[in-house]
Amino acid sequence: MPFVANGKEALTFQELLFRLQSFWAERGCVLQQPYDVEVGAGTMSPDTFLRVLGPKPVRIAYAQPSRRPADGRYGENPNRLYKHTQFQVILKPPPADVQEVYLDSLRAIGIDLKKHDLKFEEDNWEWPVGGAWGVGWQMMLDGQEITQFTYFQQCGGLDLEPMCGEITYGLERIAQFLQGVDSIYDIVWAIEPDTGKQTTYGEIRLYEEEQYSTYSFDYADVNKLWEHLNAYEAECLALLDAAKGMPELESLKAQRRFPVLGAYELALKCSHVFNLLDARGAISVTERVGVMARIRTLVVGVAKAYAHQQELTVPTEALPA
Amino acid sequence: MADFLFEIGLEEVPARMIASAQAELATRVETLLGRERLLEEGSFVTSYSTPRRLAVLVTGVRTQQPDAVEEMLGPSLKVAYKDGEPTPAAAAFAKKAGVSLSDLKTVTNAKGEYLGATVTRPGKAAAEVIAAEMPKEIAGIYWAKNMYWRAGKPERFVRPVKWMIALLGEAVVPVEFAGVSAGNTTRGHRILFGADAITIARPSEYLAALEKAFVLADVAVRRQKIRKALDAVTRTVSGARWREDLELVETVTHLTEWPYVVPGSFETGYLELPEEVLVTVMRDHQKYFAVEDAGGKLAAHFLTVLNIEPDAEGLEIIRTGNERVLSARFNDARFFWEFDQKTTLVNRMENLKHVTFQKDLGSYFAKAERVRKVAAELARLCEERKTDADAAALDQAATIAKTDLTCELVKEFTELQGVVGGLYARAQGLSETVALAVYDQYLPASMEDAVPRTVEGLLLSISDKADTIGGMFGLGLEPTGSKDPFGLRRAANGIVKMLAEAKLPLLLSEIAGLGSEHSATATKVEQFFTERVEFYLKDVKGYAYDVVKAVQAAGADDVPDAVARAQAVTEVRGSEDFAAISAAFKRMKNILTQAREKGENAAWTPDFLVEPAERTLAEQSGRLAAWVEGQRREKQYVEALQTIATLRPHVDAFFDKVMVMAPEERLRAARLGLLNRVLQDFSRIADFSEIVTAG
Repeated sequence: MPFVANGKEALTFQELLFRLQSFWAERGCVLQQPYDVEVGAGTMSPDTFLRVLGPKPVRIAYAQPSRRPADGRYGENPNRLYKHTQFQVILKPPPADVQEVYLDSLRAIGIDLKKHDLKFEEDNWEWPVGGAWGVGWQMMLDGQEITQFTYFQQCGGLDLEPMCGEITYGLERIAQFLQGVDSIYDIVWAIEPDTGKQTTYGEIRLYEEEQYSTYSFDYADVNKLWEHLNAYEAECLALLDAAKGMPELESLKAQRRFPVLGAYELALKCSHVFNLLDARGAISVTERVGVMARIRTLVVGVAKAYAHQQELTVPTEALPA
Repeated sequence: MADFLFEIGLEEVPARMIASAQAELATRVETLLGRERLLEEGSFVTSYSTPRRLAVLVTGVRTQQPDAVEEMLGPSLKVAYKDGEPTPAAAAFAKKAGVSLSDLKTVTNAKGEYLGATVTRPGKAAAEVIAAEMPKEIAGIYWAKNMYWRAGKPERFVRPVKWMIALLGEAVVPVEFAGVSAGNTTRGHRILFGADAITIARPSEYLAALEKAFVLADVAVRRQKIRKALDAVTRTVSGARWREDLELVETVTHLTEWPYVVPGSFETGYLELPEEVLVTVMRDHQKYFAVEDAGGKLAAHFLTVLNIEPDAEGLEIIRTGNERVLSARFNDARFFWEFDQKTTLVNRMENLKHVTFQKDLGSYFAKAERVRKVAAELARLCEERKTDADAAALDQAATIAKTDLTCELVKEFTELQGVVGGLYARAQGLSETVALAVYDQYLPASMEDAVPRTVEGLLLSISDKADTIGGMFGLGLEPTGSKDPFGLRRAANGIVKMLAEAKLPLLLSEIAGLGSEHSATATKVEQFFTERVEFYLKDVKGYAYDVVKAVQAAGADDVPDAVARAQAVTEVRGSEDFAAISAAFKRMKNILTQAREKGENAAWTPDFLVEPAERTLAEQSGRLAAWVEGQRREKQYVEALQTIATLRPHVDAFFDKVMVMAPEERLRAARLGLLNRVLQDFSRIADFSEIVTAG
């Protein structure tokens, strides 16, 4: 139930999530739970990064806590977070009226578009480490970027066939916008129905911001992080090497069970450790290019192995033409 | 005769690509109709666009192509008939021409007798031609970035195609593209009108129908509406003006279908931040227009261009929303500003060791060391040549010039590199000379841009660019063709422009030498500079091609001097005497070239000259040469050139009375020697033989 914030009705943070979930569930999306390995964006969850590969149609939506250590501000900046929440919608292929559906989703969360200024401004998304890119827009609502809308073209260096629509809502920004609060920490997360007592975003998350920022800027052991990075990388590379032997495995079952997903998690671990090293100021510009190339090898390698595994194990006749 | 309307409806096209695509579509449609003989005399093409559409309206289009009569040439008669009977070759030709064998005729030309046919091709219906040709034209439009969206990737286009209109008069032309069939319906403003289709009965109704649906499809009208609204809204703040920004006006024009302007304010406290930072946030990040007071100082207001006309409540919501966003952005900038002050620029030098300039050229720390050396030497040369430069301040500026690359504010607003360094230098108590030099170090960014304001700023910018160019050339990374990934042409153009406009007493060869590690590299860089001088004189200053060639032939190492000489030559070249001298010098040069090819000697032996005309020329040219040389040293180029022109009667008399290639060898050599001497003496300002003269 909407409450009144700054003189207007608005959704709480959790109601915002409910609304988006039911909106997209009603349009055929499977609601997935957040992925449980550290990622910098919802795109990196295997529910996006791997499911967009191959011919199988997908409609899936999920909230994804996304960690960007360098953006941490010890909880002192009202607009920046170490960890923010994306709501990710994957539509493969997107319906022809996907833009209109998106506008309806804004109406569903209480935005009266006649009373706001909405613009589709060019913004082409790119994740070079994942060999992934797309073209699209940042959706600007009254000067605030509230959504990234992308037509995903390539992933892991592979052309997507069919092409995939990706809609990423920035939940904190939208909630801040809906509730008219100047600080993320003042967002009302929930209201107790009996008492009307409000719980704020700050009460739920501030301590995380303080401690994660402190860890990544001040405490993280640089040498240990490098060791983690090397260890995760080595294991991932070993798995990718073994993946080359997938066609020779004795059974379809063995092929299906080959842990490409395990390799992907190791690659994601590397990416997160890299971000921590970066926040710690431990990576020079020169090293940066080199380490990113190493992680790219892993991520792109996983995408190729995943696509290969799908070809081997998913019967093509089960797929729509 | 009818009007033709074509509209292609798209998901929002990037603003930066619309203007050129609109123009290209109009050209393509006009070319297509012209090529297919579908344009009447006096037909007229107009084009429109919004983020969601490109459109072309052509008046005076024929609905039917005129019939065409064509003469076709077939096989030779020998091949076409055997024993008086038509062969299969004749039959094939008749079939190809679409006539019966009896309609074939004989054509005689230079090669012999051939079979011929007069073919009347009936004109096709315009609709048929347009439907067949239009898809290729649409597909051919250039987009800086394309996408695919349909299964099997049958086409790539800027964004998915949603609808098309192709109307010839009141009839739909069946154009198909990207799986969309053209019809006679368009769409209005997404929010103000909604998703309903709007029928366009005939092309002339297009603009009015869209306007009713809250779409201003005429770009000029939209631009004008925005400018007027910006004016009107700014008037509500007394004494205020919006800051003219042509580029931003274009951007917002191409981001809106139904523009509307709303003003907003921010806390005056933010005005403590440098104006450069505030304007960058407003303009580059938020697409807001900055507002200034009567004195030109930034005011705590901004203007934003909406793509909607809201009611009063909506207006208030939108204003507050934009104010909140801007305030958050400014807050970030203030956070970065304060955070950056914790480490001074001077103390950031060590950090530069970890910032790579180029992998084979090392870090920015190494670059700073090299630039300091170049700058010190340039300052010394300036000093020696009576141009004051504060060498100590220049050295400090060169030392810290790149440290702002390690600052958070520059990481956030990369376009402010240099500017932020200059502002921090000032805030950290470094001298104004140092601050200005650092601030201006990337100038000029283009040929239209200003050059650094101080000698130290100029020398820093020149040293930095010379080091980059010399370093890249040393690695073999010089620009090739249209490829110039490191912007070296722009850097060299900048050096030439700075030397020319600030009239610095520095030679390009000196700069090339200081910026390059090896002499072989310096030679290549010098050659590269020479090309840039040519570009500067011709394309930037607009001097005629032959003037530039003539001036460069006399050397262009000293850029301001080359500019002065080009100016002088341009001033005198119109005079009759000068034109005659130019023509005579060309003749002398040709004679000498031919003589040299024949192995003739040229010797300066005036005593062997015999004819009065040649003895006079020798005397007079000798006298004038000394005079001209004096004027040249004083850089009185126009006067010097006018002096040279007075040689004309003597030169004319010489060519009138004297045959250069005299039979006697010694006399011949003396005459050639005279010509050689005249050319040498009078070609130090410009090589006049390069000047193109009439006749």
